[in-house]
Amino acid sequence: MNINLTLIGQSITFLVFVWFCMKFIWPPIVAALEKRRVQIADGLAAADRGKHELELAARKAADSLKDAKAQAAEIVAQAEKRAGQIIEDAKQAAHAEGERQLTAAKAEIDQEANRAREALREQVAALAVAGAEKILRREINAQTHADLLNQLKAEL
Amino acid sequence: MTQETLTAGEYIKHHLQNLVYGRLPDGSWAFASSPEQAKSMGFMSINVDTMFFSFFLGALFLFLFHRVAVRATSGVPGGWQNFVETVVEFVDRSVRDSFTSKNNMVAPMALTLFAWIFLMNMMDLIPVDWLPRLAHVLGIPYLRVVPSTDPNITFGMSITIFLLTLYYSIKVKGLGGFVGELTLQPFGKFALPANLLLEGVNLISKPVSLSLRLFGNMYAGEMIFILIALLFSQGVLLAVTGGVLQWVWAVFHLLIITLQAFIFMTLTIVYMDMAHQEHH
Repeated sequence: MNINLTLIGQSITFLVFVWFCMKFIWPPIVAALEKRRVQIADGLAAADRGKHELELAARKAADSLKDAKAQAAEIVAQAEKRAGQIIEDAKQAAHAEGERQLTAAKAEIDQEANRAREALREQVAALAVAGAEKILRREINAQTHADLLNQLKAEL
Repeated sequence: MTQETLTAGEYIKHHLQNLVYGRLPDGSWAFASSPEQAKSMGFMSINVDTMFFSFFLGALFLFLFHRVAVRATSGVPGGWQNFVETVVEFVDRSVRDSFTSKNNMVAPMALTLFAWIFLMNMMDLIPVDWLPRLAHVLGIPYLRVVPSTDPNITFGMSITIFLLTLYYSIKVKGLGGFVGELTLQPFGKFALPANLLLEGVNLISKPVSLSLRLFGNMYAGEMIFILIALLFSQGVLLAVTGGVLQWVWAVFHLLIITLQAFIFMTLTIVYMDMAHQEHH
């Protein structure tokens, strides 16, 4: 229990151990810790950056999608409009064609009627002339009265 | 009954006797063969057992930590490196919290103190009879295995720390600043003797309390282990009680040995910090 040389021995041992620790143990361990701290910090920063980039890309993709959708909608609308136009045009064309054909048919009918009327008139005239001939046979000479007869025919 | 008390007393005394190597009154050097002989050797003697365990445990700490230090990698740490790093970071944080100046010696010193004192205290958990009995078989008459129950060991460290604080005080503040700190406060220069007395007590009490706190705690702890060990020879019932008590005390002691190592380290950091402060 008495104080003796152990005191001095322990002091020297203590100083030597502290020196050893200071020289060979503390610096490499702390350096390794610091290096790892930096590595982790870098890794976290990279992760953050990646996350940010991902976010940007997602936003960009969403934008593109929206654009594409809008474009598609526009195209569809245009197509519909165009289809309507085509149908309208076709309707009008058909209508016009119908009108034209109707007019042509009417004209033909008129023509036919005129022709028939003409033929009828000629026949009536011939009949009238024939009737008049029969009545006037005796009194009228066909050659002498040819002018008169022709005039009558023309008037009829 | 008398025989038994005597045996118990002798048992305790035997456990508290160091293995001393020193100069005998007749001038020759030898191991002391009795407590009286050890006492007669005075200052010119050395406690071989505590010195050995102290050196061995300190070297063990340096060896184990040095192994990590040479292979320290900033990659994924292995199991032991992980543990060492945890300890180093814990010490580093304590130093950062308490020590505000710059001195590359303080953190390694704190680590050495913490690990070394922890290991020395840890020897307390080895059942008190194992190593002395082994030593007895090998022909060594006395053996104390817990270095921190030897005041030489604790004072050896605290006085060294005290001298270091004096050195850094004078180095940082200059001799005048250091003397001024001792004599010109707290009452101003007209109460110089009172100042010197107060500050002197303040100064001296640091190493004394530092070493006595550790010594007292470990000595008391060891004493209780010895007293519990006495129960083992007192019949089955008391032996079983002793076993349970020893376990309970060892669990409690785990807290004490860690705490004492931590306190010693923290106070050393604080004293070193005070030595580096221009004004306090």
